[in-house]
Amino acid sequence: MTEFLQLVLAGLATGAIYALAAIGFTLVWQTSQTINFAQGEFVMLPAILVLALVRFAGWPLPAAIAAAALLFVVIFGFGFKRIVVDPMIRHGVLPLAIATMALAILMREGAKDGFSAEAQAFPSLVPTGAVTLFGASLSLRDLSILAVACLAVLALHLFLGHTRTGRMMQATAQNPDVARILGVPVERMILLTFAINAALAVVASLLVSPIYLAKFSNGETIGLAAFIAAIVGGFNQVRGALVGGLLVGLVDNLSAAYVSASYRTAVPLALLVMVILLKPEGLLGRREERAV
Amino acid sequence: MRRLDLNLFVLLLGAAILWVAPAGFGNYGLYVLSLWLVTAVAAMGLNLTLGYAGQVSLAQAAFLGLGAYATALMTAKLGLPWWLAFCASGLLCFAIGIGLGVPALRVQHHYLAFVTLAFATVVYLVARNEQWLTGGVYGLANIPRPAVLGDKLNGNLPFYRFVLAVALGLALVQWWILRSPWGRAFQALRENPLRAASLGVDVRLYTLLAFALGAAYGGFAGALYAPLVEFIDPAPFALSQSLMLLLMVIAGGAGYFLSPFLGALVGVALPEWLRFTGGAYLLFFAGAVMVLLVVSPQGLMGLADRAVQLVRERRRRPEPAAAPQPSEVR
Repeated sequence: MTEFLQLVLAGLATGAIYALAAIGFTLVWQTSQTINFAQGEFVMLPAILVLALVRFAGWPLPAAIAAAALLFVVIFGFGFKRIVVDPMIRHGVLPLAIATMALAILMREGAKDGFSAEAQAFPSLVPTGAVTLFGASLSLRDLSILAVACLAVLALHLFLGHTRTGRMMQATAQNPDVARILGVPVERMILLTFAINAALAVVASLLVSPIYLAKFSNGETIGLAAFIAAIVGGFNQVRGALVGGLLVGLVDNLSAAYVSASYRTAVPLALLVMVILLKPEGLLGRREERAV
Repeated sequence: MRRLDLNLFVLLLGAAILWVAPAGFGNYGLYVLSLWLVTAVAAMGLNLTLGYAGQVSLAQAAFLGLGAYATALMTAKLGLPWWLAFCASGLLCFAIGIGLGVPALRVQHHYLAFVTLAFATVVYLVARNEQWLTGGVYGLANIPRPAVLGDKLNGNLPFYRFVLAVALGLALVQWWILRSPWGRAFQALRENPLRAASLGVDVRLYTLLAFALGAAYGGFAGALYAPLVEFIDPAPFALSQSLMLLLMVIAGGAGYFLSPFLGALVGVALPEWLRFTGGAYLLFFAGAVMVLLVVSPQGLMGLADRAVQLVRERRRRPEPAAAPQPSEVR
């Protein structure tokens, strides 16, 4: 029972990180029909940037984190939107998706050649150790990760639902044309979505790197998990991405322990196929109406 | 229609040049050329699925892997002739394509992408984990080269020409398919599925057929790949390689008949050529692909198309430019 509880908690903690990536993925998809195949690399890179600033510039950790976060949001939030998405968006979903695939290779190889091909230790920013709850010893780190991720999602939820800008963003996501007629600065809102996506990626990166170590190839696993989470939860719902992320993390961890370690990657995919066959719009998704 | 005939001309001319040209090439050059042709066959299948039927498949490298493993097992373990393994690989992938496509195409159109994503991962895991069948990470070795008229193609030049002949044959088959009523139906689907349906094209059946045929081309490519490298392990059939094939088709220009050859050139030869830049060659490769797609989302063939249009417009400036005909065969 104790082991089960620990596995569930660890699964939820990993799932919360997947959820952060999946939420950014969904937001960007909703507002600009961009399928970001580099989402995993977006989560990989900030930690590498932090380590590079510490090692090459000799900055203290907090300053490096702040600078890396800012730099990342500027380049991979605003820059990504302006340089990659804007020229391609009119030409359909697929060329843009392939361009993000190339961007993923670029980021991966850049991290490998520019920093290191080896996995690097990353200092944990949340307390480590264990607490005893209901007779089970639970990892303090997993609990804090879950808490931080939940706080981030809650903040995003409050922002989207209860501020003027957030509501304008939702309007943009639901129907850009009508939003534009109503005076919403659609372009600025889309740009803001990309910035939020980059910020969520930074948070996910700082949370995940102490566990998996900072390595250039981390993006593949995280990106795939986030992609699955977004589909499972419903491609057009932020809440769905949250549920999907937690579910994928949970299923991933439990199947590694109870099903088969060598086939663990297949279990979330089985979940994905089941969801597609039984409820194609995702667990919390709305059916997309088809315009003729 | 004239353009498809032009394609045929380019294809035959290219094949003739490729037959003669590399006589003086070293083993490595011949290997890269053969690999390019094998990759182009796989990309041809994906181009049929993606460019003509508008379906995204994320499992083309997995089909390549299935074909390669089937061929390796049949020729190396069972001692069967290569052509039998070749046919079996194609049939196997065609059947699996039907099996995957029927449930996936029952729902909305982009779900085939997700189902093939799951399938690609499962194929990779099975190839890695089921050691009794696939040799696991140690792979399968000593895959024999095929024999033609009792002569085994052990030399690299004869084998390269063999690959060229088979690739040309498969390209001709696809050319014929695209000219047939089936091919017209595929194109109608891509241009406007709704109108195609209203004209009596069974959308689901034809989409399924295009996907399964594309998968079969993956299997055929695998049957060529196994004897080319003579040793296979799971790595070249991973999901990332399926994405790479997708990248090649888009970079070449999805929906153009010749684009798989150009795309495979980008995916196979460009990284090799960029090796002079040292360890960072993938960095340059990714950068080049991104710039290409930002400049021309229709890929290299789109770029060529635009150049041709520009020249034509210059030549007959006084006349108004002819309206593009979307239904024309590309």
